[in-house]
Amino acid sequence: MIRIENLNKYFGDKHILKDINLEIKDGEVIGLIGPSGSGKSTLIRCMNFLEIPTSGNVYIDEKDLSTLGNEIDKVRQQIGMVFQHFHLFPHKTVLENITLAPVLTGKLAKTQAEEKALELLKTMDLLDKKDVYPNSLSGGQKQRIAIARSLAMDPKIMLFDEVTSALDPEMVGEVLNVMKGLASTGMTMIVVTHEMAFAKQVADRVIFMSDGEIVESNTAVELFENPQNIRTKEFLSKVLEY
Amino acid sequence: MNIINLLIKYKHYYLVGVKITLLLSFLSLIFGTTLGSLLSLLKLSKYKIPKALSTVYIEVVRGTPMMVQIALVYFGSYVMIGMDISGFAAALIAVSLNSAAYVAEIIRSGIQSIDKGQMEASRSLGISERQTMRYIILPQAVKNILPALGNEFVTLIKETSVASTIGVADLMYASKIVQSNSFQPFNPLIIVAGIYFLFTFTLSQLIGVFERSLSHND
Repeated sequence: MIRIENLNKYFGDKHILKDINLEIKDGEVIGLIGPSGSGKSTLIRCMNFLEIPTSGNVYIDEKDLSTLGNEIDKVRQQIGMVFQHFHLFPHKTVLENITLAPVLTGKLAKTQAEEKALELLKTMDLLDKKDVYPNSLSGGQKQRIAIARSLAMDPKIMLFDEVTSALDPEMVGEVLNVMKGLASTGMTMIVVTHEMAFAKQVADRVIFMSDGEIVESNTAVELFENPQNIRTKEFLSKVLEY
Repeated sequence: MNIINLLIKYKHYYLVGVKITLLLSFLSLIFGTTLGSLLSLLKLSKYKIPKALSTVYIEVVRGTPMMVQIALVYFGSYVMIGMDISGFAAALIAVSLNSAAYVAEIIRSGIQSIDKGQMEASRSLGISERQTMRYIILPQAVKNILPALGNEFVTLIKETSVASTIGVADLMYASKIVQSNSFQPFNPLIIVAGIYFLFTFTLSQLIGVFERSLSHND
């Protein structure tokens, strides 16, 4: 479970997140939407402390992240994160990208990690790419490898930060399909996205953010079909126009 | 013809010069790189004081001439530590300290040139900062650092010639002796220029081979 209490984040004197309170239950799939600059990415980056809140608390399974010090690594091992720009390790092969974290953190022995990686590649339909370097892959392939890299740690929570925004349109589907499959396994997922159709279809709950605040939070169907707040309405009318 | 005759006649001086120049270069390279690596870590540190100290050091050293630095160490040793040190020791200290500043900047910029996302991706997987440095950042940074470091080593070999100004019997010094003994101003210089070039060219070729062996997966 993720619990966020009175979270504020400033970059310099810019107030990016304003007094956020949020609770996400195990197995929930959250779609986080809103205009760019509304603080969505900063919010999920606070959930694994890549961004350290200026004030307030983030609890993962009742553990307060701000009190952990170096123990933060242990919590991060349970929270996968997938980035807009993939950030695969360019000097490692696809297989090494996936086995690196389990081996370095002592979670799995090398042979076990490789077995697991091959299994993941198989489900991603990328087994034939195991020995190539990331630069020879397409964007969609890179992003699926990045998801596999996170899943190799057996995370309880997965954070997705606009993972399809940098992809060519024809590659968006293959990545969303993997995420859809993941949602159906009961994974707790927080998905920052501009893919409204995906959010509507896959998310249990959709949260709309604007200007660093959570404006509205509701089931996907309710939020899209019956938005309450004027800002939500405006945003949706703009993005759903076409 | 004259050049070869000069070289044979005065080979003793040139041999000593070669030996001193190579020894000075090699030792300075080791000390300079070691110290430079440490300085770059200080400069990349989260803490303000080590960061400020290394920044001041790097700026001062890079902003003053090598010839002044070498004289400062040589003539300043008595004032600073109360005893004279040999010319060779002074040159070794000055060249190492000088090179360290440049090496520190090369390593720092090499590390900082790696996309921040690499560190974030690795840390998000629960890999520690130290392991991330070792397995993710440094292996990539080396490819940026190496060419620049190679240039710095080439520069270092050439810069050691300043040691002749405080009487260290290096290659440059040998050329001065041969000039005055043979009453020829020009040819002895041609000889040392050739020898310096031989060293630096060999070194840059070796570095080139090493670089290519690293870049196989780009």
